[in-house]
Amino acid sequence: MPGLSFRHGVHPPELKELTESVAIRRLPFPEEVILPLSQHAGKPAVPIVKVGDKVERGDKIAEADGFVSSPVHASATGRVEDIDLWPHPSGNYQPAIRIAVDPHSAQEARTRLIPEWEGLSREELVASVKEAGVVGLGGAAFPTHVKLSPPADKQPRILILNGSECEPYLTTDHRTMAEFPERVHLGVRIMMKCLGVEKAMIGVERNKPDAIEALRSTLPTDIDVSVHPVTVKYPQGAEKMLIDTLLGEEVPSGGLPMDVGVVVQNVASVATIAEVFETGLPLIERIVTVTGHGVVKPANLIVPVGTKLQYLLDACGGIKNSATEIIFGGPMMGAPQSNFDVPITKGTTGVVVLDEAHSKAQHSYPCIKCGHCLDSCPVFLNPQLLGSLAKAGRYEEMMDAHLMDCMLCGCCSFACPSNIPLSQLFQQSKAAARKQQQSAA
Amino acid sequence: MNSQLQVTASPHLGSRDSTVTIMWSVVLSLMPVVAVSLYFFGPSAFLVIFAATAGALVVERVFGPGGTLRDGSAVITGLLLGLTLPPGLPMWMAFVGGAFGIGLGKVVFGGLGQNVFNPALLGRAFLQAAFPVAMTTWPRPSENRFALLGDNFALPLMSPDVVDVVTGATPLGLMKFEQVSSNAGDLFFGTTGGSLGETSALLILLGGVYLATRGHLNWRIPVSILIAVATLAALVHTINPDTYGGPIFMLFSGGLMLGAVYMATDMVTSPVTNKGCWVFGAGIGALVVIIRYWGGLAEGVMYSILLMNAMVPFINRVTQPRVFGTGRRKEATS
Repeated sequence: MPGLSFRHGVHPPELKELTESVAIRRLPFPEEVILPLSQHAGKPAVPIVKVGDKVERGDKIAEADGFVSSPVHASATGRVEDIDLWPHPSGNYQPAIRIAVDPHSAQEARTRLIPEWEGLSREELVASVKEAGVVGLGGAAFPTHVKLSPPADKQPRILILNGSECEPYLTTDHRTMAEFPERVHLGVRIMMKCLGVEKAMIGVERNKPDAIEALRSTLPTDIDVSVHPVTVKYPQGAEKMLIDTLLGEEVPSGGLPMDVGVVVQNVASVATIAEVFETGLPLIERIVTVTGHGVVKPANLIVPVGTKLQYLLDACGGIKNSATEIIFGGPMMGAPQSNFDVPITKGTTGVVVLDEAHSKAQHSYPCIKCGHCLDSCPVFLNPQLLGSLAKAGRYEEMMDAHLMDCMLCGCCSFACPSNIPLSQLFQQSKAAARKQQQSAA
Repeated sequence: MNSQLQVTASPHLGSRDSTVTIMWSVVLSLMPVVAVSLYFFGPSAFLVIFAATAGALVVERVFGPGGTLRDGSAVITGLLLGLTLPPGLPMWMAFVGGAFGIGLGKVVFGGLGQNVFNPALLGRAFLQAAFPVAMTTWPRPSENRFALLGDNFALPLMSPDVVDVVTGATPLGLMKFEQVSSNAGDLFFGTTGGSLGETSALLILLGGVYLATRGHLNWRIPVSILIAVATLAALVHTINPDTYGGPIFMLFSGGLMLGAVYMATDMVTSPVTNKGCWVFGAGIGALVVIIRYWGGLAEGVMYSILLMNAMVPFINRVTQPRVFGTGRRKEATS
């Protein structure tokens, strides 16, 4: 029987109580928005505006560069101030379009930029999704239209919606499902049509009973979609783990979900697809959880893409003196921020402000070969072996030990009693191994 | 940015366990065993355990990489070594055993996490080879609780004074050399002769259960050792019950419990894979039975564990986990 869960994984503290029952509200418009050209996996977008141009909310300001890329739209009405390097959430500086928001604009919804979905063919739907700049909102920001265009020989059978939200603290998906279940179902309908699949499954961790209830009570009867409560365990939301949980099938090593006939999409992204076709506006805002024990007033907010971190934190009462670190995304896989000017991008699921009491100790001890990392790895690697190879720079042997199957989920680092930064070592090793292969070729 | 904020790699949460808490919880779980050895063997027990621990700590502090005692691992080595020694052993020998165990069993390999052999057992093996008589003189618990059970204060390299104590063979010795079996209840609760910590199977098991439930001990190792010993002993005992002790006797006599629960489960010197732990434990169990029944010694737990320690790198290599998405199903074309 397909299990309720996957094997291994870890149980970090959930810490969702700060925001799980806080209703989503809208953030007032900031004075300026910064829209990086690279907010998605794939090639950065190409600007189509100049400094000094007036832009309206929803206007396309940068065009997708090729198939695996995504356009960028103005998230507020205003004037293009600058197209230059700007601090980026990934830690470096990247090209971005800076828009000074017009303080006199009502920022009103405008006439439809994206057509109604009902009359559209599959191809037109996918093209509209691309045109709307929709990317996966679960963190990786993979362009959604690419997922909706499977190769002809890999026709998917099942659409799986990922409502696990297994990262501690985050409640973006939770609130979306609890407050907008019908939008989720409309998104499912549109995606099923795009993909030509007959069956959809929504996997939701059991710690969100109100979301499960909301989705079930609004379940459409004319399409085959079902809601599946799954075990609360990290990384339940990794797509390979969710597929294993719901279908009992393992995605082959090095393969993609489509290799087992599945497309996995995060619920917030699916709701966004529905919203795009409902409102006719492209993806210019997203729901962000601002949380952590280091922020004064944790909240779930609708935030214009491009809002600066500082503005967002101020809107939540600022950070406490006990704050130690600010993370974009969840605490298990998220990226630490070093600059209050970084913008919220399409892939920012949350902003977590950690305090001393809820941070990981940094002192590390020698490996005592306890095997806890092996027991935690959801893809059954041997992080103990990989870690010792990484320290010696033996990347080829690491590749033989399936380094590339590592998802960097952080379970091994979490479980390690000696605090060895295993997943960090693997991230560096993956990059080094790729470089080595390239220079060898 | 706020100068108090930091930038560190994900994940930003960690489990509550740390190497330090694991080590000290092992020490804590040994306390009842130490207490009962003090109860049975009086001040001699304290002197021997103290000397062995002191030897381990001194060498760790002076020569160990970092010279830190904070991680508690040297305390474990000292306590465990002390618990495997006869109560009448001169303190200086116990001290040398602890020093040898940490020095040549651990420090020379590079310290915590690097050693191949269990340091406590290596210390004991050294003592066994260097002082065979002292290491096999088993005084019986005295009528007078406060009497010493041997010349614990003998000076180094002098022959110890003969102290007027009653010595006797251990239950395993009795079985092996005189075919006399001991009462299972006595073995379980610890009212028999033997080394300090060999005597109470019950308390050792309780300590093991405590550690296993906290995830500080891989339960597969003691379970597979005990299953292997019980099965093999039952088999051989059925064939010839007169010469060979039965499974209950084999399980609760000698150092098996202490070895299975505390020595074989030393994380550093046991396999990292769960499959490997089963193999490792079964190997130890089989060797114990073979040495006890057919070897020249009455007891074989120490050598069984040390031999299997040497096998760990090999066991790890052949029991690597199956990587997710390989093997079980046909490989998809990539």
